[in-house]
Amino acid sequence: MTIITAVPPPEAPGAAAAAVPGGTARGVPGPVRFVGRALRTLWSNGKARTGMIVLGLIIVVAVFAPLLAPHSPTAATFAPYKGPSGTNLLGTTGNGQDVFSQLIYGSRISLIVGLVAGGAATFVAVTLGLIAGYRPGPVDEVLGFITSLALVIPGIPLMIILAAYLQSRSVWTIVLVVAFTSWATGARVIRSQTSTLRTREFVTSAVFSGERMLRVVFREILPNMTSLVAASFFAAATAAVLAEASLEFLGLGNPATVSWGTILYAAEQQNALLTGQWLMVLAPGLAIVLLMVSFTLINFGVDALSNPRLREK
Amino acid sequence: MRYVMSKVGLFIVTLWAAITLNFLLPRLMPGSPVDAALGKLASAGVPITNAERNAIEVQLGVPHASVFTQYADYLRNIVTLRFGTSYSYPTQTVAQTIGKALPWTLVLVGVTTIVAFVVGTLLGVYAGWHRGRASDASITVGATFFGAFPPFWLGLLLLYVAAFKYGWFPIKGGYSPGASPSWSPSFLSDALQHSVLPALTLGITTLSGWVFGMRNNMINTLGEDYVTFAEANGLRSRTIALLYAARNALLPNVTAFGLILGAVVGGSVLVEGVFSYPGVGGLLFTAVTNHDFPLMQALFLVITLSMLVAIFIVELFYVRLDPRVRSAS
Repeated sequence: MTIITAVPPPEAPGAAAAAVPGGTARGVPGPVRFVGRALRTLWSNGKARTGMIVLGLIIVVAVFAPLLAPHSPTAATFAPYKGPSGTNLLGTTGNGQDVFSQLIYGSRISLIVGLVAGGAATFVAVTLGLIAGYRPGPVDEVLGFITSLALVIPGIPLMIILAAYLQSRSVWTIVLVVAFTSWATGARVIRSQTSTLRTREFVTSAVFSGERMLRVVFREILPNMTSLVAASFFAAATAAVLAEASLEFLGLGNPATVSWGTILYAAEQQNALLTGQWLMVLAPGLAIVLLMVSFTLINFGVDALSNPRLREK
Repeated sequence: MRYVMSKVGLFIVTLWAAITLNFLLPRLMPGSPVDAALGKLASAGVPITNAERNAIEVQLGVPHASVFTQYADYLRNIVTLRFGTSYSYPTQTVAQTIGKALPWTLVLVGVTTIVAFVVGTLLGVYAGWHRGRASDASITVGATFFGAFPPFWLGLLLLYVAAFKYGWFPIKGGYSPGASPSWSPSFLSDALQHSVLPALTLGITTLSGWVFGMRNNMINTLGEDYVTFAEANGLRSRTIALLYAARNALLPNVTAFGLILGAVVGGSVLVEGVFSYPGVGGLLFTAVTNHDFPLMQALFLVITLSMLVAIFIVELFYVRLDPRVRSAS
């Protein structure tokens, strides 16, 4: 990701091609080395490093949730509406479930929704952006119009309407709704970068050497925009985490799912703030903030890769 | 002039597309929103006249008419503001309900957006000009954190601390219970007090968009030759920062207006819900909780149209800001 963007564009296809044989020679597959190199460069950026550490911690918590959580997140084994105590660090819900264990298990849903919805939105953004940028004329005009329409239609109200109509209370509905509503910014950025790259010499020479269109787009143009793709992924993932929490807070999620959004929903339903259980509101919100901040911080590093002027000196 | 004409054309086409999307959404969804809506009305004990039934069917989809007839009826109903009856507020039409709520949101979102724009842009200019120093770092880190606050969550916290715990501000609503909306000074100050916490919530959570946009634009502009030239000429650094760099860095930020306004509008839905604010967002919150489809659909239309109009006005304003757009026409 990183070296390629740092290299001036005309040399970039050479660099992209060199990554593959270099990788096989050492016995490590190309993509693995590619990701490793990207992570190493991001690590050198202070903000991105902080973001990666925080994200890493959240991933560890999500993976080892059964080991870390002191109680079951769903079993109603305690007295309801209890304040914080030694056994229940953050108190209990109205059903007598341990909020602290719910907080630990909730990281799984937020991570999955963020990563999957972010990935899906990025997929749509990259596909539409590449097509529009590489095919000027009517195709570009139509896709450009759809993109600008999606940009001006307010995302959160549209998500709320869609989720309310769909009636399905599954996390995957939320993933789908978020992916459907948050691809437009990325698509616009990738479209404009594609149309700039399309006229560069290395693309023209690839076309004249008889390469197929798909190969030109995916092997010559796409590797030069890896940082833009990554940036739109983290932006969409941030939006997805917020959207998931918002929809669940509104009661449009499945209340039986254990997630940060449903803890907040339950807290609102039982008037936790008025009964003094303010930790039940504070803790899941802070967790959401931490996850979103980690994505944003990583994105600072990614931004600096594509725009040298933003690099830290 | 050509710029203005193309913007007007695009505005009309976008308007049509948004209205059509609003027509298609309930029809593409599984299940029958019409039956759900009529059933809810019946169970609420609201007598349904044939005209109301017809209006709801036209808005949310009638199985027995052709799509084109439905579409024509739908457009006619929108022009005449007939959105059917909502069961959350059965005593008035949906248009009346929304008409009462709209001014609250327009003032709240409008004032918040303008204040956040001014404050955020100035902070961005400052951070960009002092980049790499401690002040830049604290502004950037602060904006990152506040930008990640879910608006409804910050609203809940402010509600708890500033209204419930210390009682600095009223807890709920847009004005004190018992007061009736008027232009009297006492009512206006009452409404102002009620709007402080929602406005603060929206402002804090959307500030970061302006800060980051402006900071990055500033850094890009500061790399330009004319800034170096101005420095070499010995101009005062404040003059360079504000009159040379910030003026040019502002332009790209104005085009981001639509995106950030979208965030304010989206945030206002949940924040108004949290504060039981009498605006459009609070209505949508109620509509969603009650599965009130006629109200929901009309609200989505009104929200989208308001966004389109706001963005359109900013784009026209852009002609005044950017001489290149004027000379190109």
